[in-house]
Amino acid sequence: MTTTHALAAEDLTLGYGDRTVIESLDLVVPPGRVTAIVGANACGKSTLLRSMSRLLVPRTGRVVLDGKSVHRMPARQLARTLGLLPQSPVAPEGITVADLVGRGRHPHQGMFARWSTDDDAAVAAALEATDTAGLADRAVDELSGGQRQRVWIAMALAQQTDLLLLDEPTTFLDASHQIEVLDLLTDLNRSRGTTVVMVLHDLNLAARYADHILALASGRLHAAGPPAEVLTGDTVRAVFGLDSRIIEDPVSGRPLMLPIGRHHVRPSGAHRDAVPDPAGPEEAPGREREAACPEPGAAR
Amino acid sequence: MVVLTTALLVAAVFTVTLMAGQTFYPLDDVVRVVSGEQVPGASFTVGRLRLPRAVLAVVAGFSFGLAGVTFQTMLRNPLASPDVIGISSGASAAAAVAIVTLSLGRTQVSVLAIAAALAVALLVYTLAFKDGVAGTRLILIGIGISAMLDSLIAYVLSRAPEWDLQEAARWLTGSLNGATWEQTTPAVAALAVLCPVLLSQARNLSAMQLGDDTASALGVRVERTRVTVIVAAVGLIAFATAAAGPIAFVAFLSGPIAARTVGPGGSLLVPAGLVGSLLVLVADFTGQFAFDARYPVGVVTGVLGAPYLIHLIIRTHRAGGSL
Repeated sequence: MTTTHALAAEDLTLGYGDRTVIESLDLVVPPGRVTAIVGANACGKSTLLRSMSRLLVPRTGRVVLDGKSVHRMPARQLARTLGLLPQSPVAPEGITVADLVGRGRHPHQGMFARWSTDDDAAVAAALEATDTAGLADRAVDELSGGQRQRVWIAMALAQQTDLLLLDEPTTFLDASHQIEVLDLLTDLNRSRGTTVVMVLHDLNLAARYADHILALASGRLHAAGPPAEVLTGDTVRAVFGLDSRIIEDPVSGRPLMLPIGRHHVRPSGAHRDAVPDPAGPEEAPGREREAACPEPGAAR
Repeated sequence: MVVLTTALLVAAVFTVTLMAGQTFYPLDDVVRVVSGEQVPGASFTVGRLRLPRAVLAVVAGFSFGLAGVTFQTMLRNPLASPDVIGISSGASAAAAVAIVTLSLGRTQVSVLAIAAALAVALLVYTLAFKDGVAGTRLILIGIGISAMLDSLIAYVLSRAPEWDLQEAARWLTGSLNGATWEQTTPAVAALAVLCPVLLSQARNLSAMQLGDDTASALGVRVERTRVTVIVAAVGLIAFATAAAGPIAFVAFLSGPIAARTVGPGGSLLVPAGLVGSLLVLVADFTGQFAFDARYPVGVVTGVLGAPYLIHLIIRTHRAGGSL
């Protein structure tokens, strides 16, 4: 699990029917790091991720893994290097956690091959890493949202790929489960060197957890780089069409975006200056609420 | 373990159906007939009447069970079996037209049955396709087409110059009456070829239960698997139907019964095939000897299948399912 793989897109154009979603896009995924793809709804984030895992054939250009087009690689070989967790995967009725996670071994098994000790070890390690070993015999449909998402990640882990792509792994999860999942992905990245690429809705969680951010705006790559460079008021305006103020996240030291809407904003541009608030302690709780309310993750 | 037990059970019932009937022959006689010896009386009754019938029961049951569970697994819906969604009716209607109206020979009947079954599969799939195939739409369209084809069969039979109740029973509910080797051999050959094809796809199928995207991410060539599986399963249905008629609900029942015996996780393909064989053997034997009149096998399986269909619809409806 230590080899690093170079994943990149070259002049990629993607679309469905006669709608073009991504246009001549070039990007490089930094190996061994956590990358987040951010952008407004329907800007092509998921489309890009699907194409990178060869679920969608590009109109032009190509997705390149270690110098080879992923769309020309044998399916099974690609699946041993690159794993994908789709946005809403389907669990067959009544399937147990252990069985579901075991299906992640598919690309490592031959057509009629028997279950091997390698398979057992990989499943056990995946259950361990996601803290789901205690759930192994439970039915997936009985689990809570957060547990279920960890189980799906365990399945992707059992696939033992050096690259892991995830489409909105935190959607439908409450705040604590979102953090739990992102912490887990960070653990994986740090302990195994797994390259993680995920689509995230929440810009602040992306800034907190990603080493590298790809910001998409209307089918093009607007900005790419570390959060501190990418997450600026200009980027937020270009990508989301939203005014905002960026401050340093007191918890992580990473950038934190505070959106500026039409309401609950102090008059006369007071929010724009970084000077500590002279209004006194009475106003302080109001300000906290301002920052917390319009977080995109919470609204969903 | 379950597979072995079911296989032994199939073998046991198979042997009993060869021995028992209006005249009882001891096991010894049956073995001698099967190994090619001439035994007065038994050679005709067991060798010419009972053996082809029992073999057809095993083969048609296995074909229906295997094809049924394949469809149910692939479409992730226990209602999506080929006898519910019109594929069996397609094969049956074609066979009825070919035999009754066009007076074609066995090979031509099989070819026509396969062509019709594939055409119905394609038609149902195309009509149901709208941003992917949704279970409910496919099943409702399939049931509609199935009803149309059944009325076509009824029409063909009513116009048949030589009105024959046996034929009618065969093409409407399935029957093993008067089974001959000529009738049984193509179904045996089809199973010998297509069963390994489906078994080779078993693991791909279990990955596809997780959704097309997840399956592709696991390295499954989803479209190729789907086409292979549909063609092979439809072929099994068509050959078995051309020989025995659309034996009611065997394809539909075998998978869920196998799932309950095997438990979650294991592949259901072979168990469902064996359950199918067992169902047809037992149902045919029951239909022949348990009542004062002789009923075709499809009547017995129909009596078993209909309540389960109702149960399934009520249960999925209560669970807030899509159907």
